[in-house]
Amino acid sequence: MIKTIIVLFISFLKIGLFSIGGGYATIPLIQEQVVDFHHWLTLQEFTDIITISQMTPGPLAVNTSTFVGIRIAGILGAMLATLGCILSGFILSILLYKFFNKYKDTDSIFNILKGLRSSSVGLIASSASTILLIAFFGSSSINVSGANLNITAIAIFIVSLFILRKFKMNPIFVMVLTGIAGMIFYL
Amino acid sequence: MKSKNLKLYLSLFKINFYISAFTFGGGYVVIPMMRKYFVNNLKLINEEELLDMAAISQSTPGAIAVNISVLVGYRIAGLTGAIISCVGAVLPPLLILTVISSSYSAFRDNRIISSILKGMEAGVAATIVDLVIDMNREILKDKNWLLTLMVPASFFANFFLNINVVLIIIFCSFICFAQSYFKSRRRRSKI
Repeated sequence: MIKTIIVLFISFLKIGLFSIGGGYATIPLIQEQVVDFHHWLTLQEFTDIITISQMTPGPLAVNTSTFVGIRIAGILGAMLATLGCILSGFILSILLYKFFNKYKDTDSIFNILKGLRSSSVGLIASSASTILLIAFFGSSSINVSGANLNITAIAIFIVSLFILRKFKMNPIFVMVLTGIAGMIFYL
Repeated sequence: MKSKNLKLYLSLFKINFYISAFTFGGGYVVIPMMRKYFVNNLKLINEEELLDMAAISQSTPGAIAVNISVLVGYRIAGLTGAIISCVGAVLPPLLILTVISSSYSAFRDNRIISSILKGMEAGVAATIVDLVIDMNREILKDKNWLLTLMVPASFFANFFLNINVVLIIIFCSFICFAQSYFKSRRRRSKI
């Protein structure tokens, strides 16, 4: 049992260390460790987990590590798998943050930070576009036909954006409202 | 002093827990929520710092949402703050998934849950578009053509060309470094 937990921890430490960029980029990596290498889950179970991770709150990698951990070694397994998954991000992001803070008064680091901010907004916009495609067309590919356009989703989107911009409403409140709207319109 | 710290820790934990429990649709969605609580309401960090943290979270390994909460906690209350924020952010998915894992096929096929989530998808899209509009305005204020162009360029590279996030970040940092290097050389040669 202890050996299993250690293997689980190390495996998710690897997943955490190599998942740069977050989100969907990490799926193949997790699949390789969990399905192909350790055979902890079947491919069907893995696909189910991805679906559920998307449906439930929280980062994909954290959700998957919890799920796999609990199947292999119960609650303790879930906790250690999650710890392994977040540990390198925890340490490295603090180190990088300290580095930037220490040198941000120098010209070059200050400029690099400005550049990072700009590219970051571009990347957030890219992620936003993927979410928009999924919400409006039910698919993240760019070649979408108008046939499966979801008018309800577009309406909910426009109303939400309007109340966010006009009334500066709390995003969590907006999430609750759109959840209720979904239940009314889609059920 | 002690009780003041305790209050700060408690609010860090609470806000991170709360945000994490409502984060559908990936890491970037936490940024508008972090902004609402830590920048607008509590004024513990400013808009620029949040963007720096977003950039750092993307360039380091691990889940973006967790990395941002670690950095916000660290900035506000040091290492203890980082740990508290991190636990707050990780706990909701850990608890929810623990409950769901016992009967996940029932959850997956539940029609009420899927219709609620379908509605939330559009809400997620709206919160993140709202954030992008505001952040873009901040960058335009700088009136630096390179920084302004970098937004659509990064978008294009990632969304249409599927270029890895880390490569885009490294490339943009390098260009900005080069720009400042040449500027300072020009300044020096004028003197």
